[in-house]
Amino acid sequence: MLSKRIIPCLDVREGKTTKGIEFKNNVDIGDPVEMARFYYEAGADELVFYDITASHEKRDIMIDVVRRVAKSIFIPFSVGGGIRTVDDMRTVLLAGAEKVSVNSAAVKQPDIISKGAKAFGSQCIVLGMDVKYVGEKKNIPSGYEIVINGGRKFMGIDALEWAMRAEALGAGEICLNSIDADGTQKGYELKLTGLISENVNIPLIASGGAGKPEHLSDVLTKGKADAALIASMVHYGAYTISEIKTCLHSSGIKVRMTW
Amino acid sequence: MIAIINYDAGNLASVAHAVSHIGFKCIVTSDLKEIAKADRIIFPGVGAAGSAMESLKRSGLHIALKDAFASGKPILGICLGTQIIMGHSQENDVTCLGVVDGNVCAFPADIRSKAGDRLKIPHMGWNRISIKVKHPVLSGVRKEDEFYFVHGYYPDPNDSNHVIATTDYGICFASVIGFKNIIATQFHPEKSGKPGLFILKNFCSWEPC
Repeated sequence: MLSKRIIPCLDVREGKTTKGIEFKNNVDIGDPVEMARFYYEAGADELVFYDITASHEKRDIMIDVVRRVAKSIFIPFSVGGGIRTVDDMRTVLLAGAEKVSVNSAAVKQPDIISKGAKAFGSQCIVLGMDVKYVGEKKNIPSGYEIVINGGRKFMGIDALEWAMRAEALGAGEICLNSIDADGTQKGYELKLTGLISENVNIPLIASGGAGKPEHLSDVLTKGKADAALIASMVHYGAYTISEIKTCLHSSGIKVRMTW
Repeated sequence: MIAIINYDAGNLASVAHAVSHIGFKCIVTSDLKEIAKADRIIFPGVGAAGSAMESLKRSGLHIALKDAFASGKPILGICLGTQIIMGHSQENDVTCLGVVDGNVCAFPADIRSKAGDRLKIPHMGWNRISIKVKHPVLSGVRKEDEFYFVHGYYPDPNDSNHVIATTDYGICFASVIGFKNIIATQFHPEKSGKPGLFILKNFCSWEPC
């Protein structure tokens, strides 16, 4: 039976990771290629890179990172952040990423999903969604609204409707980030995750709020997620991937235990 | 030299990186002469069967692949490559290469795990294989080893002797197919960590009898 995936997420700015400064291991701290290699060896099932480079001119640095990561690890990885066009997708995929994730560009121009899926296949198009709870309203029947710009801009789009529409447009996977839970380390937004996951037929990665292994256990069972994104809880050395997986395994969740 | 067949079907660089990493020389090519000269062939691919077959026919690669099979040199199919060697695919209702008899079928729309949970399509992520027929390319694979899959269709050979290993995802499907000098995996060995690299290495030294 399919294993639930544990996916470390690395934010990269101008070729350097932005978290991981207290990362206690023999790795070149801040180098995304070294960190990718470290997580690959440590049992990560997949990796996610977000390019948070502000300047569009410096985006070639990220492409070089992607190229070097592709030569160093032999598990899938996706790249998101600043993907605006099908050409941006092509550049990232040709550099060696398995998947590319689109977020705000897809909200503004949904057809980037269908164009990307047609050009490269649904399996490599991930829809990133940033979501905030706003309460049930006429135009937001689920109570969860799509936001962009790190949660500052409300788009007036219902999160559940958007997820279902993205699936119909050809997205192959959803990475669902709760802005409310993000950074709290108090657990994933289970209600939101369950709502979206049960209403789409594509895999869902839960993101935002992971602080301890029990949080992953909750989101992979009660939250119906297919995969869980983690960041701070591993970047700062609080847990290893092996510790997290051992905990999930002992609570009866199928995870990959050999690597 | 190992030729990795290039037919505009996805991330071929990752296959080349993995083969180089385990110490073998390879080229990513669509050149018919290079393919005829190669000692071994890797036939990878992601995407849809219809456009893949069109691309193969346009470039003459469909003939090159059949010739390679007839010549007896080792061939490794991966993912879409594994599906394309079958006779017919339900995806785009297209006739494929027909090197192995059988069809490529879609997962049923409403499949469930033994526990009754609804299973999503595509089958995406890490899963085990259960070996049915001993094969040199799978030697050393442990039952707890997992491999990375991403697919909505699966190969279904007519002859059960061609099913080398199976995987359970609501249904039990053929995840490794073998016939004469061809071995083909539905999963991605190049993205399956050390067990995947191990299989690639086995393939690179396999001498089909």
